[in-house]
Formats: sequence, structure tokens, C-alpha cells
Amino acid sequence: MSPLLSLRNVWVEYGDKIVLEKVSIDIEAGSFVSIVGPSGAGKSSLLRLILGQEAPTQGVILLDGTPLTPECGPDRGVVFQRYSVFPHLSVLRNTMFGIECEKAPLSARLFGKARRAAEAEAAEMLDAVGLGDALHIHPAQMSGGMQQRLAIAQALVKRPRILLLDEPFGALDPGIRADMHALITRLWRDYALTIIMVTHDIREAFTLGTRVLSIDKRRQDPHAPHRFGATAVYDLALRKKVPDPPTEQPDAAPLQTVSSD
Amino acid sequence: MRWVNRHVRRGDAVMLGSVPILLLVLLYLFVAAGRHAANPMDKVLPLPGGMAQAMSDLLFQPDQLTGQLLFWADTFASLQRLGIGLGIATAAALVIGLVLGVLPPVRATLGPLVTGIAVIPPIALLPILFITLGLGEIAKIALIVIGIAPVMVRDITAHVAAIPREQIIKAQTLGASSWQIMIRVALPQAMPRLFHAVRLALGPAWVFLISAEAIASDVGLGYRIFLVRRYLSMDIIIPYVIWIALLAILMDGALTLLGRRIFPWAQGASH
Repeated sequence: MSPLLSLRNVWVEYGDKIVLEKVSIDIEAGSFVSIVGPSGAGKSSLLRLILGQEAPTQGVILLDGTPLTPECGPDRGVVFQRYSVFPHLSVLRNTMFGIECEKAPLSARLFGKARRAAEAEAAEMLDAVGLGDALHIHPAQMSGGMQQRLAIAQALVKRPRILLLDEPFGALDPGIRADMHALITRLWRDYALTIIMVTHDIREAFTLGTRVLSIDKRRQDPHAPHRFGATAVYDLALRKKVPDPPTEQPDAAPLQTVSSD
Repeated sequence: MRWVNRHVRRGDAVMLGSVPILLLVLLYLFVAAGRHAANPMDKVLPLPGGMAQAMSDLLFQPDQLTGQLLFWADTFASLQRLGIGLGIATAAALVIGLVLGVLPPVRATLGPLVTGIAVIPPIALLPILFITLGLGEIAKIALIVIGIAPVMVRDITAHVAAIPREQIIKAQTLGASSWQIMIRVALPQAMPRLFHAVRLALGPAWVFLISAEAIASDVGLGYRIFLVRRYLSMDIIIPYVIWIALLAILMDGALTLLGRRIFPWAQGASH
């Protein structure tokens, strides 16, 4: 079976500054990949590449064997550290946004039966992330942890092939963070997700991930530090329990067992 | 206790705020009474009785020429011009600001033009407007629109462009098109700012309205003030100015209240 996502000899350059060099990674469906590395090493650049926010200077990125267009799309969901929910929409409307955009291209709003169906689907997803009784409040009234739960629900409603997490729990306090770890692990199993997470927290990376990628510069030139880019210097596959096959979400991404060595 | 820490309770604030206003009124009455004691025919600082008498003619006596109650005709004409001008400018600011803020190619194309128009002093355009549009209503409304719209457009553009990139990316990963991002993400978040922009534009809008009316008009609050100036009729000018101030305060308050009522999510929330 070919990998779900595959980066082949990818380079990212801004002018003469090389950010990423010779990045070649294959990511199997169903894996939980943690990306760690020092600040400014290019973790977020890598995530932006996969997200489609940026195009690689060289190399190709294949999703299911087809090259990615350099634009974000509904096949890749994302949760940022902050600002990834819409402040003017209630929790329920935030979660319905993805359904509404798909089904009503012109007005991006649903009415009547279609709306009730979307509301039911969104409410079910919000139940799964533990926001079942906060449907009608606005993000400004929620704690950081609740906002991140909402951001996850919002992304999962679209059943993305890959879920990208950009330091999703970095701004949360330790107790809430532990709750969120349990939540994301449960969702990853239940919905058979493929997750790529950028994090600063090494412990978090190893607790959650089935595979840890460390992004750093392999070579240093003290006279021209910007001329060498970072790449995956360590690629550790962790022996972990393979996620259970999806039982409740048959339309989710097809399950592919993790290639833990 | 430091003065920066002396917070004022709501009731006290009302009282404190009214003190300077009352003092100013008292000072005026004192000086006016002094002038009237010296010269009972003084026109420069009329007493409240004189103002009431002069205003009662405008308020209740139909004008011999037109048959209208002049005060109300003036108010209606000015508010109509102001309303239409503000309405057009607001609609333009919303549509153009939204498109410029969301779509980078449009911003690159039209941004310099908007900036260029915004830096022209609108009063300098008044002769052009009078020459091309005539001396009627259109020229006055056009002056208000040209005077306030560019600033509002730039304000809305900047606000929309400052919506966190994460939100725009997130909307795209949820399948939203440029159009959907515009109407579902940018538009609702621009609305509270639009209310704010209208409030800020009210002051300049009044300036342009009064200017246009002063130069060429036959009815309107600004017209009346500049007309009776010829007769040193301070007993009409002062009540008119107070009336304009009241109207402006009422509009500002109404916009603030309405904005709070319609956009509760925008209160104290940082996005």
C-alpha cells in the first residue's frame, strides 16, 4: 500500500535563505506523527507545506498519489494554537460552517431540513469533543481549552484525510492539556484519523505520537547560517498499539495500519 | 491616593460631567445679562428669552414665501442630505472595504486610487462638484460621500485585512470559496467596525453638509445659520448650533446602542 502523504525531496527557500532541504517523508494513513524541533527550525513551514498554504520551491508533495495544489482544501483539516474559530459565530454555527460551505455554494447558509440535518451532525461532533452542552455560546465566552475542542470539532466535521495540529495545546495550562491529550487520542482511534502535530513539548510528542520526526539543521555553516536548511534529522517510529478499526464512522478515512517498524 | 487610581462612580460621573457645562452656561448668562444691562438692544449675546422668541417664529409661524415651518423644513432637508450621504458612503465602504480587504489582487489594483482620493481635501473638490453636478441636492450629497467614504473604505479594508490569517486558512480547510469567506467570515466581522466607522464619520459628514449648504442652498440648517449671519441674528444661530449638537449626539448614541444590541459577540472580545 502506498503512503497517504508523501514528500519527495522537498525544499523551501525564501530568497537565498534555505528553510527546509531534502525533506523526504512518507506518512501512512492512521499514523499520529509528532514533529519536534527548535524554534525557527522550519516545523511550521513544513506544516504550511502540507496544508497547502505554501508551495515547495523544489520537490513534490503527493496526497494519495496526486500532487498537492498549493492551496488549502477540505481534505486537510487544521487546528492552530489560536484564532482558528470564528468569533462571530456560536459554537454550533462554527461547527456547521464546513457543511454549509459545501452544500450552499452561493449563500453559505442552510435552511429548513438541510439545516436541521447539518445541526444534528454538528451537535453529534460537538458531543464527541465534550461541548454537547455549550452549543449556543460564542467563543469569547469560552476558555482556551474549550475553544480548541471547538476548533477540533469544526475540522473533524469535514472528515479530513489528514488533521494538522500546529502547537494546538501550547497555550493551555497543564491540567487542561492532559484532558486534551486524552481527547485527541480518543478521537484519533474512534475516527481513524491521520494526524500530524507540530509541538514544542517533547513529552507530548512521545506520549501522543506513533512516530516522532525531529526537524533540525544537519549541517551548519557559521559564515552563512541561512544557506543550510533543516530536514528530518531523526525519524523515530514508536512501538504502539495500533488504533482499533473504525466502528462508528464507516465514511471516515480508510484505515491503514501504522507501520511501526 | 494617586489620581490615576481615583475611579469615579457612575452617578458621580454624571454630576462631574455636568459641572463644566453648567459653568459655561452660567458664564454666558452672566456676560449676556451684563451686555443687556448696558445696551438692551444687544444682538451679540442674546438672552434665552430673546432666543425663544426668535425661534418660536421659525418653529411655529409658516414662512410667508414658502408656507413651510422653517425650522422643521431646515432640519428635514439637512437630515435627508446627511442620511443619504452617510448611507451611500456606508454601503460603499462596506462593499469596497470588504473586497479590498479579502482579495489581494483587487487591493493591489484599487488601493492606490482609494488612498489618492482620501488625501484630497474634499472642500477643494466642491467647485468641481458644483460645476459638474449643478447646485442641487446631488452636489451636496456627493460632497458628503466624497468627504467621508474614502476614510471609511480604508478603515474597513484595514480591519478586514487584519482578520487573523489562521481564520482565513481555517475557512479554506472547511471548504470555503473566496465568496464564502467574504460573506461568512469577513462581512460579519466587518459589521461592528462599520458601525464604529459611521460614528467617526458623523463629525466630518456634518462639516461637509454645513459647508455645502452655506455655499449654495435654499433650505437647511447650515443655510439658515449662514443666511441670518447677515443680520447678526445670534438669537437664531446659537439655538441652531445647539440643535445640531443635539442631533449629532443622538445619532452617535443610537449607533452605539444599536451596535451593542446587534453584535453582542464583539463586546470586549478579541479575535
